[in-house]
Amino acid sequence: MFDSSALLRQRFAALRSTAEVFSLRHVKQSYQGLAVRRNVAQPPFFNQDEGAMLTVRINGVEAYAATADLSQSGLQRALEQAEALARQIARHSLLDLSTQAVPSERHDHVSPNFIQPLPNLADCLGLLAAESASVPTDNRLVDWQASLGISEVEQTYLNSAGAELRHAQRFLFPGMGVTASDGQDSQSRSLGRDNFGQQGGFEIIERCGLIGAATQVADQALQLLLAPNTPSGKRDLLLMPDQMMLQIHESIGHPLEMDRILGDERNYAGTSFVKASDFGQLQYGSNLLNVTFDPTIAEELASYSHDDDGTAASKQFLIRQGRLLRPLGGALSQFRSGLDGVANSRACSWNRAPIDRMANLNIEPGEQSLAQLIGGIEQGILMRTNRSWSIDDARNKFQFGCEWGQLIEDGQLKGVVKNPNYRGISAQFWRDLSAVGDRSTFEVLGTPNCGKGEPNQVVRVGHASPACVFSQIDVFGGDA
Amino acid sequence: MRATPQEQFQQLLQTLRAALRDGEQFTLGFSAEQSQFIRFNHAKVRQAGVVSQASAQLRLVDNGRQAEQQFTLCGDAELDQQRLHDALKQLRQTLPLLAVDPYLSLDDSAWQSHSLQQQALPDPAEVLALVEREAAELDLVGIYAAGPICRGFASSFGAFGWHEAVSFNFDWSLFHANGEAVKANYAGQSWDAAAFVERLRLAREQLAYLGLPGVLLKPGSYRAYLAPAAMDEIAGMLCWGGFSAQALATGNSALQRLYSGDAQLSPLVSISEQVSGSLSPAFSDEGSQRQDLQLIAEGRGLQRLVSARSAAEFKLAANGADSYESPCALSLAPGELATADILQRLGTGLYISNLWYLNYSDLPAARMTGLTRFATFWVKNGEIQGPVSTMRFDDTLYNLLGQQLEALTAERELILSTSTYGQRQTGSSHLPGALVKAMTLTL
Repeated sequence: MFDSSALLRQRFAALRSTAEVFSLRHVKQSYQGLAVRRNVAQPPFFNQDEGAMLTVRINGVEAYAATADLSQSGLQRALEQAEALARQIARHSLLDLSTQAVPSERHDHVSPNFIQPLPNLADCLGLLAAESASVPTDNRLVDWQASLGISEVEQTYLNSAGAELRHAQRFLFPGMGVTASDGQDSQSRSLGRDNFGQQGGFEIIERCGLIGAATQVADQALQLLLAPNTPSGKRDLLLMPDQMMLQIHESIGHPLEMDRILGDERNYAGTSFVKASDFGQLQYGSNLLNVTFDPTIAEELASYSHDDDGTAASKQFLIRQGRLLRPLGGALSQFRSGLDGVANSRACSWNRAPIDRMANLNIEPGEQSLAQLIGGIEQGILMRTNRSWSIDDARNKFQFGCEWGQLIEDGQLKGVVKNPNYRGISAQFWRDLSAVGDRSTFEVLGTPNCGKGEPNQVVRVGHASPACVFSQIDVFGGDA
Repeated sequence: MRATPQEQFQQLLQTLRAALRDGEQFTLGFSAEQSQFIRFNHAKVRQAGVVSQASAQLRLVDNGRQAEQQFTLCGDAELDQQRLHDALKQLRQTLPLLAVDPYLSLDDSAWQSHSLQQQALPDPAEVLALVEREAAELDLVGIYAAGPICRGFASSFGAFGWHEAVSFNFDWSLFHANGEAVKANYAGQSWDAAAFVERLRLAREQLAYLGLPGVLLKPGSYRAYLAPAAMDEIAGMLCWGGFSAQALATGNSALQRLYSGDAQLSPLVSISEQVSGSLSPAFSDEGSQRQDLQLIAEGRGLQRLVSARSAAEFKLAANGADSYESPCALSLAPGELATADILQRLGTGLYISNLWYLNYSDLPAARMTGLTRFATFWVKNGEIQGPVSTMRFDDTLYNLLGQQLEALTAERELILSTSTYGQRQTGSSHLPGALVKAMTLTL
């Protein structure tokens, strides 16, 4: 761990710059992707990536240069490129950062069980092959895959104010998916994949429930193929955590990103229906809604001690009892807006600059068990596992779809329905939150695929949530 | 003196060939770029930087087994060769742990391909000065991305491909004070300041219409014109597995009913993968020469994109598709509707410049949902009445490009990908606009 530190420290100390502030963010990452599809191991894929971003501030104007050449001359060259660019854009710069504070902390952050060895490649493939082989023989089961992605990242941030912040993190993404088809219609059921990932070791695979899951996942795909379509109309909607994470992500996370509110993302990811003046004022949801930025749940995907600009991270309520309190805005956005934010300035790698991102964005548990949530619904529907997502550029009008639906009548779970979709408007939807599940319904989930930014970036984000009930939501099925 | 990217690739190739053992085969991919990124907000520079990156992707094949490793190159020949040896070592350790791959299929032809397009780009200072001169009073937001892109491929069978092109892509929006916006783009390989200014002028003209009083629409069915940029979003959805041989064989394609013959699109619809003449490399990531393919002919599913692996698995003929079987140069044949006649032919309905955030509400039925974004207008009797705020549609492809398709425009737009995930992409699409008799808005 941190094998490059001594050399990086030495080379950073030897850099010569006329900038008032400069920093180096070094990222070294590896990835191993394994999959067994229809009982055939796919070619294993490995990745080794390493580089650094040099950022300078000259007369309050910042610019960066990213390079994979980590030699002394390579780093010096990148630093000088960044300096030249900062001078070139000075007359055109939107921001004057002359008075923005510069971090100077020193700290190490390490994922839980980071040094615990994982099973070797053959054992991992054996595990995936066993799951694949457990899918029953049925002509309607046309495709299935068990997969495991393992990513290790070491990052070192150094700056001319003396900061030294190091992160060593390991992420696991286990998954299983099965598709059933009758030639006309097809239905898929999955576990994990884009809806699950955590920091840590092999315990993540156990927590995900991958081992022994194939039979049930396949059975549910077949059930969906035979199920009627979701009926159209207004119903109470019970969302399980693996759909809540998407709901939180799209209709709380993105609209609260301060760089969107400041207009940076209007050409690509979009803007927000939330205004800067709404913080401290807007009743975003019902009194049951408590939303936190929480970097302290160790296994959650975006738990860290400091963000990529060097700001210390701590748990903060963004929404308490439905009232909007603070945005997802890092140090720069806080400087620009004058609002209190959180430590969420993040970059996907060494070749992209940090911007406001979601990190761990969670809903705090309430007081009702799952049985109580279901028991309180007269006519409703349970939905689980996201499969489709679409929301407008202001993050207001949304339509989401799930893999699995189950009707609820008079407080009891009834039949399975396929193509469960629902639509709504963020500004109203969270005010319709009528019940929040307790800790027994709470799950720590996350996705590796949050896209945003120009140039584009994909980052890992964590979402932990209990099951939640929303009153009288517009639900509907598909055409098939 | 530092090696050029092509020299860097050839040095690696030489090292790899020398290190290869009897019985081993390889493919070696190479990707590099020198990129200038300048983000704008309020017509000022919000964030600017340069990125220099290169990577190699080595696939080792031995005794019926295969594995791949990608690794970053730093530009130091000795260190990069060491990284190649490390990758080779890891792959050699991995292969014996694997079972024989029944779908291993290698293109063993010794094809050669070389494409070099090296126009000079403007100095960033020139671009910044132009933006300041022409757009200082506008609320312009977007990104200028520019620089050389290189792709290489070689195999132990003697295949060698090199693609190097200098390109720029300036993608921006102009915002009206009322929050409405118009999107514009200027991309290509040869920068012409006058052409940029003209694009800006056209966008500014549309901006004036956005200042008209807004029109509120209720959900329902509306006549609509979809501009090429809006069609690009629909085409993008179809690229997401729609034409993939694997997805079609396993119930995961939105076009499965089209290709099974159970459904068809309008006879006006003919879609091809038109690689020749596009900006994409002439070779796939798997190391096959790409082919021009007729995917949909007059509304009926025809060829599909078949990678070497799918060919082996589903007993099809490989046709140069990438491993993920997605088109890289999608082309929709033009129709006969003249651009000048669009508003008149639309009569009363929606003029939709762009769509946004599409996804499937029912994939096997090719039913998709998404939203209007940027410069959507209500048109009455051929006259623009005012902007329409964001509306959601939810409709099937078999309606939009099937029974409800009235006409396609005679003029098409070449749309170059603005995607910069991981690296600047080289994909493109060539699309007309579409006039549809009815489009379902739901929210």
